[in-house]
Amino acid sequence: MEILKVSGVNKAFGGLKALNNVNLAVEEGTVHAIIGPNGAGKSTLLNCFVGRLIPDTGTVMFGDTSLIGLKAHKINQAGVSRVFQTPEIFSDLTLLENVMIPTMAKRDGEFALHAFKRLDRDAEIHDKAMHMLEDVGLAEKKDIVAASLSRGDKRRLELAMCLVQDPKLLLLDEPTAGMSRADTNNTIDLLKRIGDRGITKVVIEHDMHVVFSLADKVSVLAQGTVICEGKPQEIKGDPRVQEAYLGGAHL
Amino acid sequence: MTTKTSPMRDMIFFFVFAVAVLTMPVWLAPIGAGYPDLLQKFAIYGLFATGFNLLFGLTGYLSFGHAAFLGVGSYSAVWAFKLLGMNPLPAAIMAVITSGLFALAIGYISLRRSGIYFSILTLAFAQMSYNLAYSVLTPITNGETGLRVLRSDPRLFDSSSAVDGPLIANLFGIEMTGYAGFYFCAVVLLIAFFIAQRIFRSPFGIMLRAVKTNQNRMNYTGLNPRPYTLAAFVISGMYAGLAGALLCITDPLAGAERMQWTASGEVVLMTILGGAGTLLGPIFGAALIKYFENIFSAFNEQTLHEIFGFLPDFLEGPVVSVTGLFVGEGWHLTLGVLFMLIVIFLPGGLMEGFSRIGRLFKRSSGKSGPGSATAPAE
Amino acid sequence: MDVILLQLLNGLDKGGAYALIALGLTLIFGTLGVVNFAHGALFMLGAFCAVTFNKLLSLEVVTTDPTKTTAWGSPLEIRTPYVEAYLGDFGSWMLNYSVPMSILLAVPVMLLIGFVMERGLIKHFYKRPHADQILVTFGLAIVLQEIIKAIYGANPIPQSAPELVRGAADIGSIFGFDPGVIVYPYWRMVYLGFAGVVIAAVFAFLRFTTFGMVVRAGMADRDTVGLLGINIERRFTVVFAIAAVVAGLAGVMYTPILPPDYHMGMDFLVLSFVVVVVGGMGSLPGAVAAGFLLGILQSFASMNEVKAILPGIDQIIIYLVAVVILLVRPRGLFGRKGVMEN
Repeated sequence: MEILKVSGVNKAFGGLKALNNVNLAVEEGTVHAIIGPNGAGKSTLLNCFVGRLIPDTGTVMFGDTSLIGLKAHKINQAGVSRVFQTPEIFSDLTLLENVMIPTMAKRDGEFALHAFKRLDRDAEIHDKAMHMLEDVGLAEKKDIVAASLSRGDKRRLELAMCLVQDPKLLLLDEPTAGMSRADTNNTIDLLKRIGDRGITKVVIEHDMHVVFSLADKVSVLAQGTVICEGKPQEIKGDPRVQEAYLGGAHL
Repeated sequence: MTTKTSPMRDMIFFFVFAVAVLTMPVWLAPIGAGYPDLLQKFAIYGLFATGFNLLFGLTGYLSFGHAAFLGVGSYSAVWAFKLLGMNPLPAAIMAVITSGLFALAIGYISLRRSGIYFSILTLAFAQMSYNLAYSVLTPITNGETGLRVLRSDPRLFDSSSAVDGPLIANLFGIEMTGYAGFYFCAVVLLIAFFIAQRIFRSPFGIMLRAVKTNQNRMNYTGLNPRPYTLAAFVISGMYAGLAGALLCITDPLAGAERMQWTASGEVVLMTILGGAGTLLGPIFGAALIKYFENIFSAFNEQTLHEIFGFLPDFLEGPVVSVTGLFVGEGWHLTLGVLFMLIVIFLPGGLMEGFSRIGRLFKRSSGKSGPGSATAPAE
Repeated sequence: MDVILLQLLNGLDKGGAYALIALGLTLIFGTLGVVNFAHGALFMLGAFCAVTFNKLLSLEVVTTDPTKTTAWGSPLEIRTPYVEAYLGDFGSWMLNYSVPMSILLAVPVMLLIGFVMERGLIKHFYKRPHADQILVTFGLAIVLQEIIKAIYGANPIPQSAPELVRGAADIGSIFGFDPGVIVYPYWRMVYLGFAGVVIAAVFAFLRFTTFGMVVRAGMADRDTVGLLGINIERRFTVVFAIAAVVAGLAGVMYTPILPPDYHMGMDFLVLSFVVVVVGGMGSLPGAVAAGFLLGILQSFASMNEVKAILPGIDQIIIYLVAVVILLVRPRGLFGRKGVMEN
């Protein structure tokens, strides 16, 4: 079943056509990678999924809901979480608090005036958040302020904040950008592990190594259009992809 | 400490705070602050700053127009006296309701923008209220003279004896002046402090801190920051309104100058001085400013000569004239300098200063831990 | 028609003052990225340069005239200002022109103040949050105004315009209205012309000098200019000093219109901020246009005809306009997107 269906999406900034009739279908339970050279429109496309940008024309369907024109928090409440290229976390708060917030958002909705309840008495939220921190291996750092984490740990924290909401669809914007090889491999392991939960993932990635070790299906975006789609192995050999992506050099 | 909160610790903290507030007349007497008028001010402005801190300290939204709510609270309280009688309870309730509604309207509009634009919007609204209170709203505010209770006012629920009695707020026969007035304010402060403490520890409180750190992430976490900030704004406005009512309960006169933007600046100052985002800081800052205002503005050349009398004459003259700039009429100069020093060197306010000193002691006794990386103390 | 023209003229001089202060504020915003709440205090300091200059010139010598006696029989004391005693007619001329002449004092003084402020304080706040900048400059504004209060007292000190331009012109008669309908003081015309010259000078400086080019580039994209290897920090000091001089000059020339007192800066600051916001943060033409616009609007709102329909509108018009503009056009009239949002 298709969980995300993008059809005929166009987006122009002034004279620049960033997305040109993009069609894309993401199967439920799969890892779908979107690759492409710089400026191909990958981030623009992702921004159209989460309410940051509104496409000029076209539709973005998440199950039966149209995501176009929906506010970012509504889209999240519908079950879409996003990991950013530079981790977006609550840097002044502790790790535990960072994970408790999305847990509460999932349970209590976009706004709840629980001004008189004690958070430290809410065992359900606390335990769920702690479990998640353990899963990503940050449990012993739970009382540390997030700003003091390393870049790799911040990434993991952000991932934990998304995963704790049990999203139906997880969007990852270059999850290994700027990471060392070791950190990258750790992240791949982590992403594979959470793959077991059956969360559908859309990954934007530069790093071929990551794409080929994770993805079930790959879409190649160039100059705002999907030029090619298929299994990683098929993509690897496709001359069109090599042309667009590497200017003819071999992968 | 934020992470190691427990209901028990908070109870003890609140209990100690309550005892400290209620015994202020005793332990503040040696430094010359043990008289009711000043103590009332400590409690009232402590309340005002606590409310302001719920907005600024938690969400980071810097309102430059909070004095408007103080003024609205004052006017509502006096009107409650005029219409209903001199009982302080309806006055306080009415002030909280009107200032809450007022804050809802202003907040709804102002919170559409953030950063400096929000500050300017709140400032603009406060200045409008101030200007209107002085001019066309004179029938409600009595303009420059200020609004006060008159003998001819209806005061529906006042008993016949109270009707002929002095025009002072009285709670079932106890007149709200002197120490009785202080204890009334102190109890209100304690209730308000308790609520603030609960908000700090609540899911709502943590959402407000999330607003301050990263609204973008909040949106992508499925949370709508707008109602959270609006709720904080309204609660904060209600605190200000209640403080305004208390000002009138201890002295039933409301003037427009209470709404001027310098008054808004003062509450910002109190909060920053004590430490924004901490529970105790704003109250501490408010008390400190009111105390020094009282002490410093009472100084004159004569008292300075007495203080520096031990100096040789050629030194005494210049010393007195230089310090003379900072006291009496020049008290605001001291305030300005103090304010700058705090913002420059101690952005976390005095509470941060205390915790730095505390850490210094811990370190010197060899018990330093990874404490520096944990959340700031409260 | 005549009433409208009169109000238009009345709004212009106030608008000129707003425009000058807002121009400096915007320059500082745009280049330094600093929210300067002490800018009104600079305006006030400029005004007190004029007061000081006048006081210096009016220091008196006391001579006695033995040939004349007072009613009580003691020799008549004649007090003459030093400048008149030593320089004769030129001295009296100087006294007469003390307000425009104090520009000579104000320029170096304001340059110095601007330099010291930027190097001593503002410099350390480039990387701090806007809230901190607002707070520290707010504190500075209090300090400056209290110092002035300690020196000059709390009462306004009237300054007079040179005799030549002390009266008022019957502008209306030029345009064929009845005499006496549209009367406009000469000094306000002078102020308007002066504001125009200063604004033109600032724009010319930014437009035609290399320095100005770098500053404009810095306003457009600060990071890139920094990457080009241009030392932008050193220029910040100059920009701040220029903004201080502009505000100071606006204050000097405003003294005959409004007797300066220590809190005039704060009064103008709040309004100038509104002007900057309405014009659009970081837009220089926006600041100037909004300055005049709001000055004129304010003057229209204080007409009796308008007040009869909307009582109290004169008290709130500026703030009301600011609120409306901020809500319907968040970046102001001329502003770019995303300036000072966070």
